[in-house]
Amino acid sequence: MILKTFIKRLVPRVLEDDISILSPKTVVLRKAIGHSGFKFGLLLFILIILLGILGPFFLDISPYQQDLDKRLLPPVWIEGGSWDHLLGTDGNGRDYLSRILSGTRISLTIGIGAALVGMIIGVTLGVIAGYFGGWIDQFVNYILTCQLALPGLLLAMTLVFLIGPSIPVVIIVIGCLHWTLFLVVTRSVTKRIVKLDFVSASNAIGATKLQIIMQDILPGIINQIIVIFTLEVGVAILAEASLSFLGVGIQPPTPSWGLLIAEGKEAIFFQPWLIVLPGIALFLLVVSINMLGDGLRDIMDPKSKLE
Amino acid sequence: MLKFISGRFVVVIAVALTLSFITFFLLNVAIDPAQAVAGEEAEALEIEQVRQQYGFDRPILIRYFEWFKAVLTGDLGISYYWNKPVGSLLLERAPETITLALMSVLVTIFIAIPLGICAAINPNSVIDRMCLGVAVSFQAIPNFWLGLVMIIIFSVTFPIFPVSGDKTYFHFILPSIVLGASSVPPVMRLMRTGLLDVMEADYIRTARSNGFFGRKLILNHAMRNALLPVVSVLAVQLGHKFGGSVITESVFSINGLGRLALESILGADIPTVQILVFVFAFTFLILNLLADILNAYLDPRLR
Repeated sequence: MILKTFIKRLVPRVLEDDISILSPKTVVLRKAIGHSGFKFGLLLFILIILLGILGPFFLDISPYQQDLDKRLLPPVWIEGGSWDHLLGTDGNGRDYLSRILSGTRISLTIGIGAALVGMIIGVTLGVIAGYFGGWIDQFVNYILTCQLALPGLLLAMTLVFLIGPSIPVVIIVIGCLHWTLFLVVTRSVTKRIVKLDFVSASNAIGATKLQIIMQDILPGIINQIIVIFTLEVGVAILAEASLSFLGVGIQPPTPSWGLLIAEGKEAIFFQPWLIVLPGIALFLLVVSINMLGDGLRDIMDPKSKLE
Repeated sequence: MLKFISGRFVVVIAVALTLSFITFFLLNVAIDPAQAVAGEEAEALEIEQVRQQYGFDRPILIRYFEWFKAVLTGDLGISYYWNKPVGSLLLERAPETITLALMSVLVTIFIAIPLGICAAINPNSVIDRMCLGVAVSFQAIPNFWLGLVMIIIFSVTFPIFPVSGDKTYFHFILPSIVLGASSVPPVMRLMRTGLLDVMEADYIRTARSNGFFGRKLILNHAMRNALLPVVSVLAVQLGHKFGGSVITESVFSINGLGRLALESILGADIPTVQILVFVFAFTFLILNLLADILNAYLDPRLR
């Protein structure tokens, strides 16, 4: 330990020079290995995905199968629980572990889908505003101001419920209401890139606007987009859970976590685990995604130091 | 200053007008209002009847201008679901939501600002790391779940607070903690980075060399500048509280605007939903405008 700090103090210059020899990929990889938050988030995320996608194949109990003789069984660690139902059963006698595990897929589908929709809207508007500037930029800015003032949750509730709650509708509505972060970042980075010499060079050799946007600008903003995409998946998952909890999102009997919590609300006095367990699942998934996103931001930032 | 305010005010009015049109358009085109009123199982003939009875068959622009003219004269329309003027519904329910929103911002201030200061005074210490951990986890906790867990802990296991209701201020304590907690991470982070930035400034070094240190230095010199961005973010967060009240109010059964919104949506009550979306958006805009003005007043560089 002492030796390490001693060496660092002696040869900081050499270490910095060393980075310039390494290929960018190696630098990112090394940063990833040295970033404990990123590693933890990635591990937790992979674990949840494995449980959520492979888990249902190993459990031979369907999340929809009702057994009215075995209603509201407690989890195995509470008295009265049994090994047949590790996390107990819900008010209709359905296996809670199986329901929570299959909820993972619903959350992830909606989270990733909605973030994709938001990304398409935000990045398109952002690149257009940043590249063309002038009145187009001002117009996009005006749209942004309007979007920020809209009460997102309320509008999402109204649209999803009155159009007809289903997974595609939830994805599109949440996506259409969560694109502002993509826009803001894409626009500012595009503005910076447009001023660079290689864009003028492309312009000079007769590249079309579309070519410049696709080949010069997009590669420069992809890192930031990946980071925001990751974080927005977490935001969208929470939004879906809120909608389903309020009864205006995914409808029963589909095991969405928000819906499980809403159903557990009836049993808040005597079976609190019905509320606590899906909430923990939701929390772990979103925490892992957020840590992954924060980690990616640090890793992909060229200014961050290599340990 | 007057020019600055009037310029901002024009933008607010323009955005408000655009939003009123967008919400009207969304609620009348993306959703078929006649279908919504008649219900899902309604026959085609029934829907057609509703369409004519409520005048949904006329062009949308004409209906928008009629609605807009009525709103300007103070007539917010009649709710289909409650069979009451929307205006009186709003007045009945608004006090609960305003109380909840203000109390939750107080909660945010009392938790986030001290934590942010502690984290900034000892950067990279255990306290700083803990604050960051709290921030990361609070961002991942869904609001409604936090509310239910608080009820399980503080109302069911240890019966200190009432489970639900809105009769006394005591009933509002748990809900405002829940609603306020969601704003703690952004406000705390801003307080921390703001204070860290200010502590590097030249005038703080001068103050230090003149013998100021510790609490006096931070409270008298650094805080004043570090608080500027925090104030405007708090105003934005207060704006979010009105929209966010939907979840908290339905968890704790508070009869405010948020619950009214949920009940109106479930009852396909488009006139009420329309006004509520607009009221929440307008409140947000006005609070933002106030924050801008306050900031410009406190910081002459912004004018």
